Amino acid sequence: MPQTNGGHALIKALEMEGVEVIFGLPGGAILPVYDPIIDSPIRHILVRHEQGAGHMAEGFAHATGRPGVAMVTSGPAATNIVTPLCDAYMDSIPMVVITGQVGTPSIGTDAFQECDTVGITRSVTKHNELVTDAADIPRAVREAFHIATTGRPGPVLLDIPKDIVDPKNPRSTLDWYWPSDDEVAAGLPGYKPTTKGHPRKIKDAAELILQSTRPVIYAGGGILKARAAEALRALAELCDIPVVTTLMARGAFPDDHPLCLGMPGMHGNYTAVTAMQESDLLIALGSRFDDRVTGKVPTFAPHAKIIHVDIDPAELGKVRRPDVPIVGDCRLVIEELVRAVRDLGGREAQPDRSAWKSTISGWQEKFPLTYEQSEPGDALKPQFVLEQLRETTPDDTIVVSGVGQHQMWASQYWKFNHPYTWVNSGGLGTMGFAVPAAIGAKVGRPDRMVWAVDGDGCFQMTAQELVTASTERIPIKVAILNNAYLGMVRQWQEMFYEERYSEVYLSPDLPDYKMWAEAMGCIGIRVESPEEVQPAIDKANDIDDRPVVIEFRTDSREKVFPMVPAGASNDEIITFQSHREVVQ
Amino acid sequence: MSDGYRHHILSVLVENKPGVLARVAGLFARRGYNIFSLAVAPTEDERFSRLTIVVDVESAPLEQMVKQLFKLIHVVKITELDPRESVERELLLVTVSAGPEIRGQIIELVQVFGGRILAVGHDALTISIEGAPDKVDDVEELLRPYGIVELQRTGRVALPRLERSAPRARIAKVS
Repeated sequence: MPQTNGGHALIKALEMEGVEVIFGLPGGAILPVYDPIIDSPIRHILVRHEQGAGHMAEGFAHATGRPGVAMVTSGPAATNIVTPLCDAYMDSIPMVVITGQVGTPSIGTDAFQECDTVGITRSVTKHNELVTDAADIPRAVREAFHIATTGRPGPVLLDIPKDIVDPKNPRSTLDWYWPSDDEVAAGLPGYKPTTKGHPRKIKDAAELILQSTRPVIYAGGGILKARAAEALRALAELCDIPVVTTLMARGAFPDDHPLCLGMPGMHGNYTAVTAMQESDLLIALGSRFDDRVTGKVPTFAPHAKIIHVDIDPAELGKVRRPDVPIVGDCRLVIEELVRAVRDLGGREAQPDRSAWKSTISGWQEKFPLTYEQSEPGDALKPQFVLEQLRETTPDDTIVVSGVGQHQMWASQYWKFNHPYTWVNSGGLGTMGFAVPAAIGAKVGRPDRMVWAVDGDGCFQMTAQELVTASTERIPIKVAILNNAYLGMVRQWQEMFYEERYSEVYLSPDLPDYKMWAEAMGCIGIRVESPEEVQPAIDKANDIDDRPVVIEFRTDSREKVFPMVPAGASNDEIITFQSHREVVQ
Repeated sequence: MSDGYRHHILSVLVENKPGVLARVAGLFARRGYNIFSLAVAPTEDERFSRLTIVVDVESAPLEQMVKQLFKLIHVVKITELDPRESVERELLLVTVSAGPEIRGQIIELVQVFGGRILAVGHDALTISIEGAPDKVDDVEELLRPYGIVELQRTGRVALPRLERSAPRARIAKVS
């Protein structure tokens, strides 16, 4: 076993794990780990703020399914990456974050740039570890990747004190080794995720499906994490069951499929929301009955029996008690379920569901997703911009959004026909996610066109990462829907706070987005009228050597509909149509 | 705490790793689960420690507590002990004011409960009582009128009760 030092061992361990790219920013405590990067085949992308590194790693993971890796120093760098860790934890994103730490003798002394990183991040990581011995580094890295990518994926943080990686310090010496799979498993006696569903429960589920007259498949982000989109399609088509795809599952089932009902929830479309409410069986696959989907829980889908499949046992019964709980990997369980349904007679054994299907198509006809086109001379409608963007970009474009109105419109108006084409911050709702996450997605999928759809409020939170994108030649495209407001907050203030607009106005002109984009090495374009939309998008699509930012001046009064008010029952859904009647 | 079975006992085997107690305590705090008492000690195998946690099952469903706890990587095994099906013990150390004239009375009382006098001071006694938590509660109440100077309880530890048939303690390995 060759002797090495902790810094080299850490980089070598990342290489052994197949890491191709690290998003990061060096500093005092992590310096010895940055030195060997010069000689490593791993690409390092130097960010402008550590939060950017975290979201880039997330975007990379979203788009590729492989764990994203970020590396930053101690203290303020570690606290800056807390938000991405929490974001990844909420959305089950596989990610490994390495933070520098002050040397072990200084830990606990309030040393310069010291903070209790493992203490601070304990509740926002799947697991974390302060590594105190250089000899533990290869094991810790292997365990981190194993934990981040198996079971319910999530972020894992390794905190690395300087003395165990600094070649000048004798504590950094170790004999290199690479633990085997068995050694990793033996080192984690409390970690054995269940992946195969219980056969009896699967049979029970198949029987419920074959009895149901009003079933709905409630597909969540777990479908994408489990690479189960094909299996989901097979199940839906075999049983002829309509599918709703949650915000985290957009693209997991093609929007152009006749069985697709689109997004449910607070800003879901009427049919998706109401089909769930009226169903007699909800087949929840990798979804977690989030409050933004259920609305008021006691009145959510009151007549429905529940089949709930999730790899995390703690999700089963957390919000709604399932009639058939199945712990397991979505892909494996759905494949078994397809087999079980076939064994019981398949489609022919199902009751007649034509009444259910015609009810659903009635809703679709009566309450389509819609908005009012703008009058000539008025500001652009954000929905119009998104429709134009959708029509002018390749079908497999990756769309990345921030958080707020623009996110909901993007989710509603885009047609997601491929898995892994939608990247957003669902659980935590992190404003500023779009720009860095789009950079991460583009690094992971350089073959794809990547469009960030962002709000003006969000853009101002992390825009500096466009400098990273320009420097590193990562040609993402950004569409800012500039309505001069924190739009979603404004919408709530209009609807629920008697139009008292408290601290929500941002100004359309300050900053000057076009000039700002250009200052960051991007092409900047401003669009104010409908005729300019198409040419601007065409121009952006043709540029492939640097980032492009298009600022679309949009109507600040536009609201996202449908909407289920917070805490209300899903039966109280406000549609564009019903809201217009009330206003008139 | 003697109000029937509002409490439940979780016997949790954990890896002996730094911060494991903070992980467990942090989980309970952030999910809003109440702990009545917590006892920690190494087991016969030095790689593991055992936490005996008495939880308030009115603060959250026990099933959720167990499942969330099991998500912690360092939690190896959780045994759910129904108070009706387990033996519980707790140790009480208490210093009671006891001038020479009532010392005899207190010593007699302590002997009835099988306790021991650990130290005799000029005007106080330090006593240890071991027993089922109910009994320890009783002793505490009986000693209170004499004037408790200082008191420390360990929190309970528990093991499944041995029935004539096999032990009925359920291992909370979730489906």
